[in-house]
Amino acid sequence: MTSHATEHSHGHDGHDHGHGETEGHGSFKGYMTGFILSVILTAIPFWLVMADVLSSPTATALAVMLLAVVQIVVHMVYFLHMNSKSEGGWTMLALIFTIVIVAIAISGSLWVMYHLNTNMMPAMTEGMMKTMP
Amino acid sequence: MPSNPDLLKLIFGRLSLDSFPYHEPILVVTFIGVVLGGLAVLGAITYFGKWTYLWQEWITSVDHKKIGVMYIILGLIMLLRGFSDALMMRAQQAMAFGDSQGFLPPHHYDQVFTAHGVIMIFFAAMPFVTGLMNFVVPLQIGARDVSFPYLNNFSFWMTAAGAIIIMISLFVGEFAKTGWLAYPPLSDISHSPGVGVDYYIWGLQIAGLGTLLSGVNLIATIVKMRAPGMSMMKMPVFTWTALCTNVLIVAAFPVLTAVLVLLSLDRYVGTHFFTNDMGGNVMMYINLIWIWGHPEVYILILPCFGVFSEIVATFCGKRLFGYSSMVYATVVITILSYLVWLHHFFTMGSGASVNSFFGITTMIISIPTGAKMFNWLFTMYKGRIRFEVPMLWTIGFMLTFVIGGMTGVLLAVPPADFVLHNSLFLIAHFHNVIIGGVVFGVFAGITYWFPKAFGFKLDPFWGKMSFWFWFIGFYFAFMPLYVLGLMGVTRRLNHFDDPSLQIWFVIAAFGAVLIACGIGSFVIQLVVSVMRRDKLRDETGDPWHGRTLEWSTSSPPPEYNYAFTPVVYDHDAWWDMKQRGFVRPTEGFKSIHMPKGTGTGAIIAALAVALGFGMVWHMWWLAILAFVGMIAVAIGHSFNYDRDFHIPAEEVIETEEARTKLLAKQA
Amino acid sequence: MATQTAVHETQTPVFLAKEEPHAPSSTMLGFWIYLMSDCLIFAVLFATHGVLGRNYAAGPGPQQLFDLPLVAINTSMLLFSSITYGFAMLAMEKDKKQATLVWLGITGLFGAAFVGLELYEFSHMIMEGAGPQRSAFLSSFFTLVGTHGTHVTVGIIWLITLMVQVGKYGLGAENKRRLMCLSLFWHFLDVIWIGVFSFVYLMGVLG
Repeated sequence: MTSHATEHSHGHDGHDHGHGETEGHGSFKGYMTGFILSVILTAIPFWLVMADVLSSPTATALAVMLLAVVQIVVHMVYFLHMNSKSEGGWTMLALIFTIVIVAIAISGSLWVMYHLNTNMMPAMTEGMMKTMP
Repeated sequence: MPSNPDLLKLIFGRLSLDSFPYHEPILVVTFIGVVLGGLAVLGAITYFGKWTYLWQEWITSVDHKKIGVMYIILGLIMLLRGFSDALMMRAQQAMAFGDSQGFLPPHHYDQVFTAHGVIMIFFAAMPFVTGLMNFVVPLQIGARDVSFPYLNNFSFWMTAAGAIIIMISLFVGEFAKTGWLAYPPLSDISHSPGVGVDYYIWGLQIAGLGTLLSGVNLIATIVKMRAPGMSMMKMPVFTWTALCTNVLIVAAFPVLTAVLVLLSLDRYVGTHFFTNDMGGNVMMYINLIWIWGHPEVYILILPCFGVFSEIVATFCGKRLFGYSSMVYATVVITILSYLVWLHHFFTMGSGASVNSFFGITTMIISIPTGAKMFNWLFTMYKGRIRFEVPMLWTIGFMLTFVIGGMTGVLLAVPPADFVLHNSLFLIAHFHNVIIGGVVFGVFAGITYWFPKAFGFKLDPFWGKMSFWFWFIGFYFAFMPLYVLGLMGVTRRLNHFDDPSLQIWFVIAAFGAVLIACGIGSFVIQLVVSVMRRDKLRDETGDPWHGRTLEWSTSSPPPEYNYAFTPVVYDHDAWWDMKQRGFVRPTEGFKSIHMPKGTGTGAIIAALAVALGFGMVWHMWWLAILAFVGMIAVAIGHSFNYDRDFHIPAEEVIETEEARTKLLAKQA
Repeated sequence: MATQTAVHETQTPVFLAKEEPHAPSSTMLGFWIYLMSDCLIFAVLFATHGVLGRNYAAGPGPQQLFDLPLVAINTSMLLFSSITYGFAMLAMEKDKKQATLVWLGITGLFGAAFVGLELYEFSHMIMEGAGPQRSAFLSSFFTLVGTHGTHVTVGIIWLITLMVQVGKYGLGAENKRRLMCLSLFWHFLDVIWIGVFSFVYLMGVLG
């Protein structure tokens, strides 16, 4: 059974090999670059928040968001090996489409619900919402 | 043991003898009917010794054609169930005026309208369009199967499992009384403590998983398995709409899954997402569910646009007018459908800026849709139109859908929506587009591709009867609702005080009876066609003088679809082949590599039914066992590496030579 | 898709491929599309946290509850598991079965450490009376972070299954493809975690 299964998976899937699946899996250098960049990009936001480096929370929040976006790109490139050529560009297209839909869903929900809250509970301040049971 | 209530509770959860609605005469009669019918079917299968055939050739089959046919059978069965709900509602509303309370008490009526909506959208319309896509797309792109044949089988059985859970609710316990989207706070645990909403949640979650996976599968199929030469802009329009539909499925169904998970957490764990207290926000549910809900209506209509495009081109004997504009319109609709969801709750109170944004995006959608309508009209212009049954459905669609579209644009104006929101005008509008678009499209598609699937055409007389009953019945059933809606009658009422309204409801009920005749004619059509199949036989494989690749193979196609993979030069590939003197080869056949069938999909789906049932009734042991079982079977399946086989060349030669003889007899 | 070369209009073109066209495997693309749909599940949970994440219902907020050093350790666990999975892939490409299995095992241990620390954090919060039933903020926090943790758990089960399969059947094409799918899944979860620690923990503590 064992030998049969092994032979089989070689026999029939062998021709799938080398069709854009095995290419671009990165190298030791690529993984290490990604890892070191990720460590740095993770350490900075933790440091910014925990040591309270920047004076204004808004500036810290913006920095955290920016660093998160940069780190997501780093992961996409070095770990997920995203490029515009794999699978004839379809993975990239799918990713871009998903990012658009995710952006629409999140920002749309926040926008819609923010307006709803300000219109339907006009007397309510942020502080009241935090403490309301 | 009654002496030990704790043990009983441990075993049966919430389930007790009182859960069975034996005191409801309508349900008891239905139950007896279902049991007798079911026993008759099971007995017949046993009597004719068809169990092995059924298991090997259908239940475990990974053939996309058979799975497509099974989807459509599921859709038909659920259409009958959903339509009987509709008839009950129409009868109730035509009767219950003044002193008369009709025959459905409120708690029953509420279940009926919820079940009608849920079943028609999730278990009739969705299986119909998925079934058509499953059957047609691989044939149209010249492929032998989908990318993941086993997954396809699994997806179908998960959809069927969801349908089974919904059907169980008819006889064990109750269904949701919340309307088809189960808005909280009505659907939360304090207002709906019963099992109805849980049936709703688990039925949809299980079927939704199947739908999502089938979406992934068909996208991969269309992207990776097209015949050589078929570039994106040479794909048939139906394949294009199928691609966009499945993109919508993959991008929308996770939202439904997530929002239903949040609702279940509120009900099972006691979290506060959509509660009125502790910081929850019910409107967030409505916001999220419509982020899924609006793309969902395009998931239903886009494949039907594709069906009409194929039919118009075939029955007018012309190339489709404006192929590329059709493609671009489809893509634009796909993207825009994510930008309009708030028009389902303009009255929620998000204010003028939000409402106007979503009102404008909604109106913009009518532009690509209008472009499609003109493309179909220009295709017909100066065409040699053959008024066969699929073409009748298409013309019926064009007339009806335009009216529905116009009332839709009306509702897209936020101030008008404030007046018409939640009224019967809205009900009339969405039935106008769903019946006029999706139902007509599905019937057109079934009639069009039936000879390809079974080797004989459907009887045209009963097809025409079905069309005219549906078409006229639709106008009788829903035009009165526009009138009533403009007068301010709201939806989901089981009793009215004002007797002057009754005449409109009686007309609507008459329309529903006409539609019933339409459905009846369709069923008769199936029976008559099977009986007269020798007269209606299609031996050419191309009964309508078709244009796309599926008509180049035999009817029904062999298991492997194509002995040789076609090479494509045009989006009307088969037409191109016929025009340029294609000669079918009669030798040189080789063995063909195909996937093997597997029963794993059906087994996991059966365990999913047990999981859903256990969760609904709080039988935790059953739920846990079923869940662990599902994981174990799935992992066990992954140890099977032997998933394909070769159809020997002799078998291919035999099949193809039979076809050669058949074609020679024709000439 | 290889496009056919142009044909002369005068002669009948080749309408059937005599050779079976190479059907490239769809698995990686299909799995990627599935991941994109998973992404949308997280999008909904992030949106819910964005809308409800400030509704403390007079209960404890992020400043009282979140233990950032613990989150930092947890993040590093996931990051280490990402790089070790990368090493497993490099070993796989060189057809070194034993090395692949060792790196996969290490990855699984880091993953288990991540899940363990998360469970510790959850139980600690629930003990303090800050369970998911306490407020909408906590409901959305537990659901978002818990869904991520469930995914990691599924990843670990899958990883163990694959280790058994690689051990039993070796590094055939089919098993390599499965390892690549899990690789996508694992790194994808790391990407989601970037969102979680940035938007839920760090920005939560900022207030």
